[in-house]
Amino acid sequence: MRRGEFITAGILAVLSLYMMWKSTELEIGYIADEGPGGGAWPFWLSAIMLICTALIAYNAARRTSPPSRSTEPVLDAEGRKMLVLVFGGIFAFVALVNVISMYGAMLLFLFYYLWFLGRHSLLLSATISIVTPVVFFFFFEALMRVTMPKGMRFTEPFYNWLNTIIY
Amino acid sequence: MEILALLSSGLLEALQPINLALILIGVTLGLFIGMMPGLGSVNGVAILLPITFLVPPASAIIFLAAIYYGAMYGGAISSITLGIPGASTAVATTFDGRPLAMKGRASLALVTAAIASFVGGTVSIILFTLFAPALASVALNFGAPEVFALMLLAFATFVGLGGDDIPKTVLSICLGLVFAAVGFDEISGAPRLVFFDITGFLHGINFLVLAIGVYGLGEMLWTIDTTRGKITSTEAKMSVRGIAADTKASMTRGWKGMSIGSTLGFFVGILPAAGATPGSLMAYGIAKMTARDPESYGKGNPDGVAAPEAANNSASTGSMLPMLTLGIPGSPTTAILLGGMVIWGLTPGPRLFTDEPAFVWGLIGSFYVSNFAALVINLSFIPLFIWMLRMPFTILAPMIFVLSIVGGYAATHDMHDVWLMLAFGLSAFFLRKFDYPLAPAVLAIVLGPIAEPTLRQSLLLSSGDPMIFFTRPISGPIMAVAIVFILLPLFAFLRRRGRARSHGA
Repeated sequence: MRRGEFITAGILAVLSLYMMWKSTELEIGYIADEGPGGGAWPFWLSAIMLICTALIAYNAARRTSPPSRSTEPVLDAEGRKMLVLVFGGIFAFVALVNVISMYGAMLLFLFYYLWFLGRHSLLLSATISIVTPVVFFFFFEALMRVTMPKGMRFTEPFYNWLNTIIY
Repeated sequence: MEILALLSSGLLEALQPINLALILIGVTLGLFIGMMPGLGSVNGVAILLPITFLVPPASAIIFLAAIYYGAMYGGAISSITLGIPGASTAVATTFDGRPLAMKGRASLALVTAAIASFVGGTVSIILFTLFAPALASVALNFGAPEVFALMLLAFATFVGLGGDDIPKTVLSICLGLVFAAVGFDEISGAPRLVFFDITGFLHGINFLVLAIGVYGLGEMLWTIDTTRGKITSTEAKMSVRGIAADTKASMTRGWKGMSIGSTLGFFVGILPAAGATPGSLMAYGIAKMTARDPESYGKGNPDGVAAPEAANNSASTGSMLPMLTLGIPGSPTTAILLGGMVIWGLTPGPRLFTDEPAFVWGLIGSFYVSNFAALVINLSFIPLFIWMLRMPFTILAPMIFVLSIVGGYAATHDMHDVWLMLAFGLSAFFLRKFDYPLAPAVLAIVLGPIAEPTLRQSLLLSSGDPMIFFTRPISGPIMAVAIVFILLPLFAFLRRRGRARSHGA
């Protein structure tokens, strides 16, 4: 945890510096008759952030913050595995949206989570994975008229057929 | 008398078929959300806000407020039957609720929680109805400096009263404010903070992207990581006669906790940094402190269930007060509601009471209806809710992830924002591991678009002199209070050091 506290503060410090630098694209000082420039607000807030990261690191060095005193790892082996499997699944879900459509990606993600991670029965996993996207489709496309990404061209005939039901 | 007329028209508005239906659905969903460990009102409101764009704004906010209410009731169910709080607002309910359940009195604990919630809710709504119009009419005269001073006060309460690590809290606030500044500079019209020149940042960072990232994805990852062990549930046998007997018992044995919780909760709820969680913990503490038999607390005292449950409901209404009258949210959940109101084209703040009376009073009327609906639904379906609690987390979790992704996309129709949400979710998971409070960032990203223009307008008024905030009759005292809050941790630190020194000598 202790090393993690320093690394987190370091990453946030770099982020603050980047945001300060990015803010200077606009005027960060006071423009006469115009008030503070457009970059002033984010610049000075990022500067305060930078000071905070220094204080966080100082507190960690003196071991006054709980994470800097803890000897536990940030993530144990099981936690790491969980993060890779769960977050990896979500990542793949979002990556697949533009390939096999929001609904297709949802179906695969649910099946992966329920069957592979949750170890539920094949029947239950398949039922939930298929029913959920169908319900979402009719809720969003038909009821709320919100169109979700439909992926690549090859899904078109399928969605054309579904659209004939709702329109 | 005028208030009564407005209130009755508001009640009629809330009883319109569509609104009544939304209240019933909202309260039931809220009960479920509040009950599920890892999900609280703020998660429910953040994840479900994007799907309310279909109904008219007034109905949408009534629906979301009903979820907020229901969640306050629901948190107690898992606190009592599982021994783990369904939401942070119900942490204090486990102290006495769980021991009661272990003694086989789960039904008494559940009924006490429901009735205390109802009493707390009702007391606070009455206080709300009395205070809100008066506060709004005072706030009508506020100019840019006063509004900015209020924003500063909201952030200052997080620093002074939030109880988290100070540099981390300040960092969280600033991060939210800078994220709110991404997009275009409103005054010069120039693009601003377009990170790595990715065009997706040109339309700014929608507050929902951060809120769903933090409260949908980040919080679920956190819950999966922390609750790996098995959870055991206590059976609660409920019958009509049993409920009637328990109602009587809870009124006689829990009235004191209820009255402490109801009043204290409301005033704690008004403070931006406080809200329902500290409100319920404080109510529990005070009920125990003033009790004749403090040693019975923690062993199954109905007062110990009643006090926090009355307080968290009372606080949830209390936190609506500054949101509707001043435009500053009293809790993360109301911050998200406030963001939603802006999307719906309503300007939160004192003008709402004069410009949109039907909306405001319809919402206030809905508080009364939601509160009653929550009591009835809660009491009649407790066995069903307990049965639902046995639903494996491995079914609930993927559903929440799916809802988060779909909700994030529906909010802005841009896959860039979905990716950003993923990044926020992962960062939130790690930041939470290192005790960074993230509620201030969510509050800040909502308030940023109000805070920055009011600061710039004020400085323009005074030709750059910051004293304008201190010399005006209303903003001056607000600034003074804000500065006291900011300095509070410093005083506490100096006192601790002084004490340590005198001990050392």
